[in-house]
Amino acid sequence: MVQKHIVEARGIHKHFGPLHVLKGVDLQVDERELVFVIGPSGSGKSTLLRCLNRLEEPSSGSVVVDGIDMLDPKTDINHARQRIGMVFQSFNLYPHMTALGNVTLALRKVAGKSRAEADTLARKALERVGLADRADHTPGQLSGGQQQRVAIARSIALEPRVMLFDEPTSALDPELVGSVLEVMRSLRETGMTMIVVSHEMGFARNAADRVVFMDDGLIVEQGPPAAIFENPAHERTRAFIGQIQRH
Amino acid sequence: MGGWDRFVETFFNAKVMAKYLPDILSGMVVTIELALLIVVTGLGAGLALALLRSLGIRPLNWLIIFIVDLFRSLPPLVIIVLMYFGLPYAGPSPSGFVSTWLSLALVLMAFSEEIFWAGITSIPRGQWEASRSTGLSYGQTLFNVILPQAFRLTIPPLTNRTIAITKGTALGTVVAVTEILGQASSAVSNSYNPSPLMMGAAAYIVLFFPVVVAARWIETKFAWKR
Repeated sequence: MVQKHIVEARGIHKHFGPLHVLKGVDLQVDERELVFVIGPSGSGKSTLLRCLNRLEEPSSGSVVVDGIDMLDPKTDINHARQRIGMVFQSFNLYPHMTALGNVTLALRKVAGKSRAEADTLARKALERVGLADRADHTPGQLSGGQQQRVAIARSIALEPRVMLFDEPTSALDPELVGSVLEVMRSLRETGMTMIVVSHEMGFARNAADRVVFMDDGLIVEQGPPAAIFENPAHERTRAFIGQIQRH
Repeated sequence: MGGWDRFVETFFNAKVMAKYLPDILSGMVVTIELALLIVVTGLGAGLALALLRSLGIRPLNWLIIFIVDLFRSLPPLVIIVLMYFGLPYAGPSPSGFVSTWLSLALVLMAFSEEIFWAGITSIPRGQWEASRSTGLSYGQTLFNVILPQAFRLTIPPLTNRTIAITKGTALGTVVAVTEILGQASSAVSNSYNPSPLMMGAAAYIVLFFPVVVAARWIETKFAWKR
């Protein structure tokens, strides 16, 4: 049987003016897989993630997510993006709306739900991230960890097939990181396919199926967390792992 | 007659004031009409230009920037005079009212476009990205996410500019618009007494003071709650 990848990115190059940020990256992700992408800053991790839902337009290469060719001009990109949730380092909640409003917006405008349906679905999503009682709070009234969980609820309410996490805990105070990782762990248990760019190595060790190490716009090596962390094959991986474990 | 009495007799002459009150009142009506037209069309056109500019079509943006800079640098009086006395040579001959309205609306359009544009560009990129990543289109993102935030930021500069430009309706007097100042100055020349000018000043205060207060109220009401 041919294994069907839910995310299939091939030969991705990305140039920003004279900068060559991605230099031919291939990434295949299976359904229900949790892939961790690590690497030094500037290695192209975030750019790769943003190419997968075409927030960044790859200079060349192909991206197929859940059978949809993301780079085909004929693809309804707004429809396709509903299936790909994205969580950002800086949360990016809409500050002029309540938590509930943040979650219902796309449900109503994109998924075409009525206000009542959207409210029900949104409350369910907020409950899944443990914030049912914060539905009527605006982002300004929530802690960073709570904001990030609302942002996760905003994505999962659309029932995506894949979730992309772009350094979801990097902007959080240390004591708030745990609550977000907890939500990600419970999401994992439901079988969500997840691609996570993060420096949370403990979480990677426990939860990831595969760790991908990127440097200088290329995937240097990848494998099960134990192999990458304990026994990296490449000098660059070893140096990076050594550096982050010193802290 | 003492100095004070002479002052009152000259500037607050009851007989003159009673005689010209109807003129000043009808001037107020004209000023209100003119001001409302300027605000609605000027802000509407300014917003439309800012939205067009956000599409990022280079040649179109150059044109928008040129128009905006042109009307920001020309004195409103010059535009009014050109439109009233110059345009007839090219064909249309707008009335004084229409000349004043269009001129000030163009100026308000230019300034408000810049203010709206500044508001739109001040919203962080992440807001666009979050919205687009959930599948909202460019237009849906603009109207549901970006503009509501941008409007709050633009309210203080926008109300200031709107008040300043609507007060420019007084310039209509040079092209024979019978607004407050026009009525007051013709009353002054007919009565050989400056009292109507005082009534005119009072009329402007009656009209614009509530607007200033309302603007302040709107600013506090929509103040950024973080």
